[in-house]
Amino acid sequence: MYSYLLPEFTIERSEDKCIRCRVCERQCANKVHEYDEDLNKIFSSNELCVGCQRCVALCPTNALYVHPRVYDYRPNSSWTRDKVQNLKKQAETGGVILTGSGNDKPYRIYWDHLVLNASQVTNPSIDPLREPMELKTFLGRKPDTLEITFEEGKASLKSQLNPNVPIKTPLVFSAMSYGAISYQAYKSLAMAAKEFGTLFNTGEGGLPEHMREEFGGNAIVQCASGRFGVDSDYLNSAQIIEIKIGQGAKPGIGGHLPGEKVSANIAETRMIPMGTDALSPAPQHDIYSIEDLSMLIYALKEATNYEKPVSVKIAAVHNVAAIASGIVRAGADIVAIDGIRGGTGAAPLATRDNVGIPMELALAAVDKRLREEGIRHKCSVLAAGGIRCSADAIKAIALGADAVYIGTAALVAMGCTLCHKCYTGKCNWGICTQDPFLTKRLNPEITSQKLVNLLKGWSHEIQEMLGGMGINAIESLRGNREHLRGVGLEEWELNVLGVKGAGE
Amino acid sequence: MNGLNVKFGYRDNFLGDIRPVDELIAEYTVLDGGKAVINAGAMKHKEVNDVLREVALRGAFEITVNNVYGQRYIGTRLVLPREYKPVKIVINNFPGNDLGMFLKGHQIIVNGNAQDGVGNTMDDGEIIVHGRAGDVVAMSVRGGKVFIRDNVGYRAAIHMKQYKEKLPVLVVGGTAQDFLGEYMAGGIVMLLGLNLRESEPHRANYIGTGMHGGVIYLRGTVEQHQLGKEVGVRNLDDADREIVATYVKKYCEHFGGNAEEILKGNFIKLLPVSLRPYGKIYAY
Repeated sequence: MYSYLLPEFTIERSEDKCIRCRVCERQCANKVHEYDEDLNKIFSSNELCVGCQRCVALCPTNALYVHPRVYDYRPNSSWTRDKVQNLKKQAETGGVILTGSGNDKPYRIYWDHLVLNASQVTNPSIDPLREPMELKTFLGRKPDTLEITFEEGKASLKSQLNPNVPIKTPLVFSAMSYGAISYQAYKSLAMAAKEFGTLFNTGEGGLPEHMREEFGGNAIVQCASGRFGVDSDYLNSAQIIEIKIGQGAKPGIGGHLPGEKVSANIAETRMIPMGTDALSPAPQHDIYSIEDLSMLIYALKEATNYEKPVSVKIAAVHNVAAIASGIVRAGADIVAIDGIRGGTGAAPLATRDNVGIPMELALAAVDKRLREEGIRHKCSVLAAGGIRCSADAIKAIALGADAVYIGTAALVAMGCTLCHKCYTGKCNWGICTQDPFLTKRLNPEITSQKLVNLLKGWSHEIQEMLGGMGINAIESLRGNREHLRGVGLEEWELNVLGVKGAGE
Repeated sequence: MNGLNVKFGYRDNFLGDIRPVDELIAEYTVLDGGKAVINAGAMKHKEVNDVLREVALRGAFEITVNNVYGQRYIGTRLVLPREYKPVKIVINNFPGNDLGMFLKGHQIIVNGNAQDGVGNTMDDGEIIVHGRAGDVVAMSVRGGKVFIRDNVGYRAAIHMKQYKEKLPVLVVGGTAQDFLGEYMAGGIVMLLGLNLRESEPHRANYIGTGMHGGVIYLRGTVEQHQLGKEVGVRNLDDADREIVATYVKKYCEHFGGNAEEILKGNFIKLLPVSLRPYGKIYAY
């Protein structure tokens, strides 16, 4: 425990409402609440509270109120509370400040400065409740041209097609590994993806063998710098293989899954001994260039008999458009771009909050560049990092994405309250922890339904907005910037995004 | 593959102008029961592997590939149905990068030098190179054995791992370049230093940086400054001597040489000092 650190949250308990049921005490892995039998009173330690609101949500009499302590020091725009508190932690430990989840700094969120179009008079809008509205999306490389031959009045396709994976909605669960999240959370994602007809991403923690037959048909498996659990069975069990180069929350650095999270099951899935740190190096040591990347892309295609699309996931950084072009030329079928607001189970705070660029700008730049070079059709583009609602998703598609990855939104649907303490392994919601007492709080049968509901709700909203624009297939919106206008943006931002200002 | 709407000359080195596998087999392959001889002299990367897979599926389990001149991924696509037994592949002479990547239980013998990425992320099987090998040999290997007669390049055995009965082994007859065993998480690496002069130390620097599992046996000497700070030096105990003897004998079976003479040399053992080298760098 740190000396001189002020609590981040204040816990207020109305004594007259509290019935001493001790739910709060049992629910809190941070041991904030403690019951004193002699006094018949529950005491709460503010300094241990992370503000996850688990106790508040489960208190049967609504006796608890947990809220952030606003600012204890003298107000200062430069030396904010976070800066001061973190400095004090570092002064005591000399350590790297860790955090979890996505960037919470007030970088401009471009989704909130882009508005969508709708049909009025000159062309009719479409009612998705009455008319077909196609959200089906194919992920993978498209052919340059389609050659068709006619024989005895029958048409057949002469061009060779590349493997493509159909998804029923352009929403895909982003990479969250078994190890970073609990088995229950991981399985919930898999079940929801299967039920709805979309994909989940295993991250780099492997895919447990017993799940392969049932959920492999809806899995994107990752091959990342740690190469955990990677063998040909794993690669062949999935629909898509993703090479993870970078992550929006921590571009340029690797990951350390601490040994205490490497339980027997996780050890088996990752194929490493129990209790050792699972270290993912910053680079993949067989990829030091675009040529090397190409070598791994084709190695993965070789290992899967050229039957599966290979995706390359990068963090959105400077020159992302040129990098994406290189990736497509290296042979990738899908390029996934993860922006600065992408989430993580653990990352150094300095990196999470300061490295990378917003996904909206990166996505627009990549789409534009690939079009200019005439190679946009050679890959699908997946946008990740900070998609909060269906409107963000549809705007991303209008900016050039084929589909979007949703990570944090899925976690919130499962119960996450964004307390940013994922790295402690004490997630009271049972998501980002391996403690069986906590993970059993998630029932995959129930949680997967919440995720299915999210996909259903968003998909319907996307259909409504598409119909409003007079479009009846999501394909027709892809990269269709005429349906976007900017509000409150600078000229250079409009240029990068490739959209006109509102009213133009 | 030059599509009509593609600017700036997009070219696909791998998939462009690939000939049908039947045509290649008819022209360049002699298939005789369980044995096959392939002439790879005029084949592209993918063509070699197309043919390899096809002859294996047709029942060949002893395959000789002649005139290999840098084709990649040899052995990678031999993910065969369960009823097929492992295949033995003899390569003459110079396979390209990622030889036996993801290899699944087959044996590959190279009569010549190998390039980068030998046995990359290999799962099981054996690769024997009668010559030298390039960089990133046995990277992320999780099972199987790799024997290299001479030297290996930089970054050998990076992030090698082990799990229960899966214990990968890399034996190098000569010496290695920098970053040997970096981030190593399991398995056995042996460097025999057979081509070093008396008392000449091994070349590599940063040996075992970030190492958190497995063991490296070195025959010969290294200076302290050549080792990563996560590595401790120990003498061999009896169990170690047994392991070393086993693999030195194997090495001599493959490449010749006098195992007893080699075993007389001075061996040391490098071990990680912690299973959690980076557990203390964070402020929670």
